[in-house]
Amino acid sequence: MENLGLLWDGLGAALTPMNLLYAAVGVLLGTFVGVLPGIGPAMAIALLLPVTYGLEPTQAFIMFAGLYYGGMYGGSTTSILLNTPGESASVMTALEGNLMARVGRGAQALATAAVGSFVAGTIGTLLVAMFAPALADVAVEIGSPSYFALMVLALVMTATVLGASPLRGLLALFVGLTIGLVGLDLNTGQPRLTFGVSQLVDRLDIVVVAVGIFALGEALWVAAHLRRKPVRVVPVGQPWLGREDLRRSWWPWLRGTAYGFPFGALPAGGAELPTFLSYVTERKLAKRSSAKGRGKDEFGQGAIEGVAGPEAANNASAAGMLVPMLALGLPVTATASVMLSALQGYGIQPGPQLMTEHADMVWTLLASLLIGNLLLLVLNLPLAPLWARLLRIPRPQLYAGILFFACLGAYATNLDPFDIGLLLVFGLLGLAMRRFGLPVLPLILGVILGPLMETKLREALTISGGDPAILWGEPLAIVIYAVLLLVLATRPLLSRWRSRTESRMVAEAAADVVRDDGAAVGTEGDQR
Amino acid sequence: MSTEVETPAAGPADHGPPAPRVDAAQYGLAAVLLVVGAYTVYDATTLEVGFADPVGPRIFPIVIGAGLVVTSVLLAVAAARGSRPEPEAGEDVDVTTPADWPTVLKLVGVILLTIATVTWIGWALAGAVLFAGAAWALGSRTLIRDVLVGLVLAVASWYGFVVGLGIPLTPGVLDGIL
Repeated sequence: MENLGLLWDGLGAALTPMNLLYAAVGVLLGTFVGVLPGIGPAMAIALLLPVTYGLEPTQAFIMFAGLYYGGMYGGSTTSILLNTPGESASVMTALEGNLMARVGRGAQALATAAVGSFVAGTIGTLLVAMFAPALADVAVEIGSPSYFALMVLALVMTATVLGASPLRGLLALFVGLTIGLVGLDLNTGQPRLTFGVSQLVDRLDIVVVAVGIFALGEALWVAAHLRRKPVRVVPVGQPWLGREDLRRSWWPWLRGTAYGFPFGALPAGGAELPTFLSYVTERKLAKRSSAKGRGKDEFGQGAIEGVAGPEAANNASAAGMLVPMLALGLPVTATASVMLSALQGYGIQPGPQLMTEHADMVWTLLASLLIGNLLLLVLNLPLAPLWARLLRIPRPQLYAGILFFACLGAYATNLDPFDIGLLLVFGLLGLAMRRFGLPVLPLILGVILGPLMETKLREALTISGGDPAILWGEPLAIVIYAVLLLVLATRPLLSRWRSRTESRMVAEAAADVVRDDGAAVGTEGDQR
Repeated sequence: MSTEVETPAAGPADHGPPAPRVDAAQYGLAAVLLVVGAYTVYDATTLEVGFADPVGPRIFPIVIGAGLVVTSVLLAVAAARGSRPEPEAGEDVDVTTPADWPTVLKLVGVILLTIATVTWIGWALAGAVLFAGAAWALGSRTLIRDVLVGLVLAVASWYGFVVGLGIPLTPGVLDGIL
């Protein structure tokens, strides 16, 4: 197992007292920001990127790893303790998790989420260490036409398969690709779309774009539609898992991991579908085993399986997305694209050569992910009641704080007020996208992959002397385009099945809640 | 309260029966993006192609610009046929209420103020004004507390970046005091 040896070396590089401190700071900051309502993991990382500017690459990676898992875990805390889920990946966790919290089992919900995240994250990271290098060996052999096809596949699938409206997905994708054009043409050195502004010639700073779209856009959108009624936060004690809860959580964790990892690695996979599948599976299994007289079916009243499974699936998919990111240099989720743009800040270009040219960094990153995952468990189980109190921050101050840190991050990139102006422009774009239902992910992927796509396209066409037939001249490229056509053809079927199952689930859950409403409210009154 | 189980964002938005009212603002979006796409194509045609370069810097932007033009026309068509966007939901977002644009404008004003003043008065003061101003715009009426919190945040972040990370944020008028 050569890979494990390399991972061991990575651990050696990452495990110094100073680095552990960076990992701990990363985990704490990540959880802190992730817990704040309205902030998902991608936004948490984007907001915290400036903190890593002054660091060496190794330390920065270790901190990223902490921020990453911390942000993920913080998000699930929010969805368990608040009524409404923040992002699509935590919808399923929120369903049973919030019910558990309301019948006084919030501590167990948080604990199964934390341990489940740890189990899934650890298995997932080890799987990445196994698969990514093998894939990377193949990836360096991939020719420009096939790599171009791979990017087309990733972009088109993200734009059309996810989300409600393929047209709006494509629109967002083209806007992103246009943003990616701004700056000097890489080959001829001519400025494109710069309007003669010197700060634009250097290409847009991806951090400013990401913070603008994710953080400022979200803050402005919330400002336009702020929920004026007070939020209800369910009180929570010290998280712990009894023997019975552990027995019931174990299999859902593993099943969730099995769902999450492969989906995370696929373009347009993400965490939404695997968390949903995990929830459906656990629900069915609980029903079946209670019908046979073994175990009980608590779905609709706060079933621990319904938190353990989706939460593990969510984290495993977060690890799975590292496979295309590290092996092919191809980000497939918003979080991955923000992380990859952070790597670009250290002069590391995305692409298939990432793993071969920067092997030591990649292994350090993987080792840091394992460390961050462990620290997350050690630090966050005891701190959970403290995090829960963050949910009570008054909203004006909370969003003022987000604005403050977004502007600070943009300003700190070049110490030029112009960047705050750019931030505002992208913030307004982010606001418009949320108003018009344009998905954010295709845009961000377009910004990041656009320049790389153009490079590969021109490489391919230069070899063929301008003949476009080369683009489908490799067997792999043909296979990729065939897969793309197949997915596009079956998309309507898939989305119809999903929305039907989903609405049935939600209807059932809602019906259960109405039935148990009296009991739930009573328990809550007792706790106050 | 407890029946508020929100359906996930991915739903059958554009397969349902057409809504009675057309969301006319979508025409505006389509028009803006159409102009951006057309300008991208025009901008590409002004570039020069080198000698030994069979592709040149033109093709990629032309394809993207054309794609943007086509999709924005399609959006206008879809809007006319009654397709409505699905605004993004969130923990603190209540999409059932009408949009509160004055608040958004106030926030934009506060950020513009920051852009105009940050070099002159320095981050420690501009940041404090930004925080207090944004909190006020969002409906906070504890101005003195917000200013104090903003000052603490801004001064602490100034020291954190300058001393901790070695990134020299401008001290502005407080040069020598900080």
